[in-house]
Amino acid sequence: MEQITAEDFQVVDSCLIIRMPEEIDHHSAGMICQEADRCLVREEVRNVVFDFVRTRFMDSSGIGIIMGRHRKISCFGGRVYAVHVDRQIQRIFRLSGLNKIVEVLES
Amino acid sequence: MKNEMELIFDAVSDNESFARVAVAAFLTHLNPTLEEMADIKTAVSEAVTNSIIHGYGNLEGLEPGGEGCPVNPGKVRVCCSLEDGMLHILVEDKGKGIEDVERAMEPLFTTRPELERSGMGFAFMEAFTDELQVESAPGQGTVVRMSKKIGAEDQDAGSGI
Repeated sequence: MEQITAEDFQVVDSCLIIRMPEEIDHHSAGMICQEADRCLVREEVRNVVFDFVRTRFMDSSGIGIIMGRHRKISCFGGRVYAVHVDRQIQRIFRLSGLNKIVEVLES
Repeated sequence: MKNEMELIFDAVSDNESFARVAVAAFLTHLNPTLEEMADIKTAVSEAVTNSIIHGYGNLEGLEPGGEGCPVNPGKVRVCCSLEDGMLHILVEDKGKGIEDVERAMEPLFTTRPELERSGMGFAFMEAFTDELQVESAPGQGTVVRMSKKIGAEDQDAGSGI
């Protein structure tokens, strides 16, 4: 399985863009959270964009990742966005109530 | 037609994808829809992850024999049976068990908030299958049973074969 690398985390105009891996589960979640938090501390980040273009599988671990990052940036007025969200991910967002805190962008 | 399979594997997070992919492969000949397949994989992933982190307390990012991995991580057992288009999945661990099953099944409830997980594991298992049963007691491990009708969506159009 393709692993996520530092290159998948980019800061553009105070926006952290995370290219999510093919499979988002508990195994891959730790690394994503660690690397994302490193970027949040090091760089001036206001908003976070989760890009699901590669993602073929996600379980509730993905919800934890997004909720956790939202908690960290929302106190500074930051927002979380998601792009390239397929039907299954959309369902998971709805089911968990995450669609209330994450804005899904067309692309 | 009846078909059964059983998997026993080390309770390490690297095996989460193995477990869900194996279950998905087991039911491919029933021609499940993409959605049914995704539902099953998510439900299995939730149950297996619970066994690994809550049952045995094994954190993420561990690979068998890798750094930080316990010598005896414990085992997770996954059994599947298919009968008349119905998939039954059992996920069992011999870990520490759950004190209050009803409470554990509440959405957003978690005993380990420091892990930054969503507390949605059981809610997802419930939402993505037709039936969910959890048996557990402290020190006795946990058994999760899930059932889902495969091919239910085009049941009326099917020829019954």
